[in-house]
Amino acid sequence: MTLTDIRLDALDRLESEAVHIFREVAGEFDRPVILFSGGKDSTVLLHLAVKAFWPAPVPFPLLHVDTGHNLDEVIEFRDRTVERYGLRLHVASVQDYIDDGRLAERADGTRNPLQTVPLLDAITNNKFDAVFGGGRRDEERARAKERIFSLRNAFGQWEPRRQRPELWNLYNGRHKPGEHVRVFPLSNWTELDVWRYIERERIDLPQIYYAHQRQVFKRDGMWLTPGPWFGPADGEELVTKTVRYRTVGDGSCTGAVESDAADIAAVIAEVSASRLTERGATRADDRLSEAAMEDRKREGYF
Amino acid sequence: MSGLASDSTTQRDLLRLATAGSVDDGKSTLVGRLLYDTKSVLADQLDAVHRASVDKGLSTPDLSLLVDGLRSEREQGITIDVAYRYFATPARTFVLADTPGHVQYTRNTVTGASTAQLAILLVDARKGVVEQTRRHAAVLALLGVPRLVLAVNKIDLVDYDEAAFAVIAKEFEAHAQALGYSPDAVRTIPVSALVGDNVVDRSANTPWYSGPTLLEHLETVPVEPDPHDAAFRFPVQYVVRTNTAEHPDYRGYAGQVAAGTIRPGDEVVVLPSGRTSTVSRIDTPDGELSEAVAGQSVTLLLADDIDITRGDLIAPVAAAPAVSDEFDATLAWLGDKPLRPGARVLVKHGTRTVQALIGELAARFDEQTLATVDGPESLELNEIGRVRVRTAEPLPLDDYTAVRRTGAFLVIDAADGTTLAAGLVGASLVSSGP
Repeated sequence: MTLTDIRLDALDRLESEAVHIFREVAGEFDRPVILFSGGKDSTVLLHLAVKAFWPAPVPFPLLHVDTGHNLDEVIEFRDRTVERYGLRLHVASVQDYIDDGRLAERADGTRNPLQTVPLLDAITNNKFDAVFGGGRRDEERARAKERIFSLRNAFGQWEPRRQRPELWNLYNGRHKPGEHVRVFPLSNWTELDVWRYIERERIDLPQIYYAHQRQVFKRDGMWLTPGPWFGPADGEELVTKTVRYRTVGDGSCTGAVESDAADIAAVIAEVSASRLTERGATRADDRLSEAAMEDRKREGYF
Repeated sequence: MSGLASDSTTQRDLLRLATAGSVDDGKSTLVGRLLYDTKSVLADQLDAVHRASVDKGLSTPDLSLLVDGLRSEREQGITIDVAYRYFATPARTFVLADTPGHVQYTRNTVTGASTAQLAILLVDARKGVVEQTRRHAAVLALLGVPRLVLAVNKIDLVDYDEAAFAVIAKEFEAHAQALGYSPDAVRTIPVSALVGDNVVDRSANTPWYSGPTLLEHLETVPVEPDPHDAAFRFPVQYVVRTNTAEHPDYRGYAGQVAAGTIRPGDEVVVLPSGRTSTVSRIDTPDGELSEAVAGQSVTLLLADDIDITRGDLIAPVAAAPAVSDEFDATLAWLGDKPLRPGARVLVKHGTRTVQALIGELAARFDEQTLATVDGPESLELNEIGRVRVRTAEPLPLDDYTAVRRTGAFLVIDAADGTTLAAGLVGASLVSSGP
């Protein structure tokens, strides 16, 4: 084999870029943390972190902002994964905030927008200075403008007009005390890249990503699982369907899609052929307005 | 054709590209068209564009709405910030940095161009090559973007006139060659982003054009290889240490190969200390490698126990870069406040950040005449100039034209952390053009 025969394909390059980003943060920040929900993007994120520091353990803890509306399978997967890698997990509980009155339940029962305050409190109280998220620029058009290193002010806010130019692979993570940097190692990945990588690396995921039988009810054109999020309401009929989840989030606004894709290859085929984005298909919170994501990001959302 | 191949085992290249153009050249529309015609836009995104277009009183969907992501951009109908877009065909995966072309153009173009292997410049067929086209091309040449495409847009508005296209192509190709581009690194294509001519599908309206469509060109243009043949360069990011039964007293140096190739047994020098050793092993979590090439993230183990920390550079003994604390550089100034001689700043080079002093401002690149002006008093936002830099600690430097990754640096404001400039090691400034 001659030198020029060594070809890195697109997944090799995306992996190498993400590993480089993890190591830069480890080298330059005092208290990084990885946002980990048990969803596919944060599971890939954790897999990349493990590879970046191998054979040493990942030198950061994990943080989950738990809406209290998660499916049991996902929480079990989260805890199993944390234990497998021997990591420390911080949980910021939206339920605690609601119980003691710091946050009020919304009329529609959706808790995704309520995550911002517990997230920012956890960052402040633990003095985290770098917060890894699994956000991808292909998810949504406000995210398309996000930097890999995204500076947040003392209130956690994203200010699109104050973003730093991001040059070569020289990341500038300097920040003032109280500010922090959100870091997105999967910025340049697409949903399909994530699935192809899950297949290539044989990454374990919660079973709800694959087709299974489930009792669901229809709301806003999405199949929701019954649970403590006010469903099914009167007139919403409970039916059994073969479904899978494309994203994992708050149960009140994250829907399942009807699907027969029971393994990774079938999921990849389905995602390739899909005519809907994962957020458009399964996230009610992103349908609220043309700038729903931009507004939440400005407030300090993921 | 299907925009996304379903065969998951296919190995694809990755092509990073940037777009640049003046206001109203239709760049967002072109990018929107590329996404739309490669079926990279999904139904819900398209529905949103249709709804918004109807709200704006338009009869056809405004594809630029696919790209302009921020509320203020949609309100003003302009693109403010670099946006990243992703599309794929069975042949390649594309990462596209869409850079806006108005006042902040240098800042945005430099950002997009710094990682690009190819840039698409847009001109309006009715206006031809304008001053900003020449400036953009000069910035792309300075940043070392290997290939250019000139998309002559709105060709429908000049009635698909071959002669009009030929004049523009000839003028641009001459300018690109004056900037140092060889003829085969430049391609000129007549397109209409609005109608779709020659973007993805070949147009029946331009029978006189026999070249590839824009997408065909992007799919087949040689991806500039990583500099495998250049001397090995490895900025140390992090020292991986552990002590387990499986890995007793493990000490490895983690980083991404910036240039060249390394194999176990190669003799290396650690800079700036100058200590030498031999590579004993190249580790990855997927197993040991017999060699590592530019672009790979790996962990190197050395035969000798020498002091190495983040910020050091590992290079071959036989081809080490010069280590210096004083050097010439070209700066693209991105700060709001102007640069004046004597400024105290931070320089981030590779994985090392050091204090630095900008000495004299040797020359400024005049964007009006594309000539250089000697001894300017200051460098303003979006201006490009040549300076003398002194650093508190010596740095292992390559000329940017030789090795992009180890010839590049950031200038950072020590007080507020702002990125002030893109820095390129070396004295060569953009040539003064035709």
